[in-house]
Amino acid sequence: MAVERPLPTPVTSTGDQTRIHNIGYRSYDGPRLGRAYARRSLYSQSLRGAYGLGRSAKSKVLPMLLFVVMCVPAAIMVAVAVATKAKDLPVDYTRYAIIMQAVISLYVASQAPQAVSRDLRFKTVPLYFSRPIETADYVRAKYAALASALFILTAAPLLVLYVGALLAKLDFADQTKGFAEGLVSVALLSLLFAGIGLVIAAVTPRRGFGIAAVIAVLVISYGAVSTLQAIADVQDSSGAIPWIGLFSPITLIDGVQSAFLGATSAAPGGVAPGTGAGIVHVLVVAGLVAAAYGLLLRRYRKVGL
Amino acid sequence: MYDPTVARLTYRALLGRRRALVLGALPLLLVVIALVVRALTGADDQTAVNVLGGFALATMVPIIGVIAGTGAIGPEIDDGSVVYLLSKPLKRPTIIFTKLIVAVAVTMVFSAVPTLIAGLILNGNGQQIAVAYTVAALVSSIAYSALFLLLGTVSRHAVVFGLVYALVWEALFGSLVPGARTLSVQQWSLAVAHKMAGGDLVTSEVGLPTATVLLVAVTVLATWYAGQKLRSLTLAGEE
Repeated sequence: MAVERPLPTPVTSTGDQTRIHNIGYRSYDGPRLGRAYARRSLYSQSLRGAYGLGRSAKSKVLPMLLFVVMCVPAAIMVAVAVATKAKDLPVDYTRYAIIMQAVISLYVASQAPQAVSRDLRFKTVPLYFSRPIETADYVRAKYAALASALFILTAAPLLVLYVGALLAKLDFADQTKGFAEGLVSVALLSLLFAGIGLVIAAVTPRRGFGIAAVIAVLVISYGAVSTLQAIADVQDSSGAIPWIGLFSPITLIDGVQSAFLGATSAAPGGVAPGTGAGIVHVLVVAGLVAAAYGLLLRRYRKVGL
Repeated sequence: MYDPTVARLTYRALLGRRRALVLGALPLLLVVIALVVRALTGADDQTAVNVLGGFALATMVPIIGVIAGTGAIGPEIDDGSVVYLLSKPLKRPTIIFTKLIVAVAVTMVFSAVPTLIAGLILNGNGQQIAVAYTVAALVSSIAYSALFLLLGTVSRHAVVFGLVYALVWEALFGSLVPGARTLSVQQWSLAVAHKMAGGDLVTSEVGLPTATVLLVAVTVLATWYAGQKLRSLTLAGEE
């Protein structure tokens, strides 16, 4: 039982007793890393995130699986070429990405929403902009990160093919030229696909819907274009085939590389666009990339305010 | 087994806002392609088969099935609002069955109707091709909806898995590995279309009896298992 104690006699306030204690808060006077550093961090975090690094084990599964699926056929081709002592690789460097386009599309569809949609869905975008970065920095960092991730995805199997070709003692100059052309082509492809994926993902923050929208745009445009191209081929109007190819991303890249990068066209009938049509293809690719960047800037101009 | 209120809510979730836009854009694209092809080449049976088989049945129906099937339940489980539905005195299988009906109806409307229109535009239902592909689209809508509705209750990445099945399994493996074609909703529905069309324009890898049995089995099993999953649903937070 608590013993009743007499209450302490209230201190009679004499004079001014309030005072502000200095408890040692200090302002930060270390180095400020600034805008470029924040942008670089956002880039590297987004790039790591695109392969699930620094995220949960579950979210590593899909990107890593797709990466492996991209590389395994290249390894098999190299093994076959070495074993049979072939004079050339079974597949051109430039053709590889076209064959594996379903995997690339799935990768874009799964990773573009995780790069931008989650920030929008959980309304964390204002937190980024409380750092010393601007809208353009955020967009550039995310775009560059997804494009780099795609470049890693598409260039790694080419590297496997190239190293394998050199090990199999194929012609060095020939292989190097093909490898370089392949790299240019997949760089273009990465920029284009990343732009399309990010724009769609940035306007569809809802979970699952962004993935479906990205894949729908990529697959349906390709399905429609290849159907029309097949019909044009059957109907002997092969002049129309390159122009139809303008309407889907993968056939666009195919057109560019068969016009300027020495690739054989994957379109039905193997019709490559001439120089004029090829220039149009390049312009359309450049226009789409610029449009994607512009649309992203516009999307983020007012976000979270 | 059918609850009108759940059905109404599901319809509104499925056809609300942007979802309806994507769902409507696809059929529109098919009809536009049909018009262009008809204008360029005239009526041709083989062309009609190419467009309807290659684009409508192989690309459009699965994607609409994924959007409608997973969209019927996925977002609700995601944002947790499904608990309000589950706390009502309704049997969980009833909820699943109602949502399946709605998903099937939406998929049918947005895939079979445009397929029929495109078929009529392409060759005016010559050799029953338009009707055959419409029936195939109707049949596969049921199976796809049941399958993707199940995926929606099983996994939080239902859309990805649905697309992997539709694109990688049916399109990629199906064209490389003959055995994969036996286990493909698309081929089962083509078997039905083959029976309808007669002739050899529409071909399938599986016989009609096998296809029918597999279609029914997949639909019933998927619906039943989705009901079971919903009975023991645990809500998980965002990763």
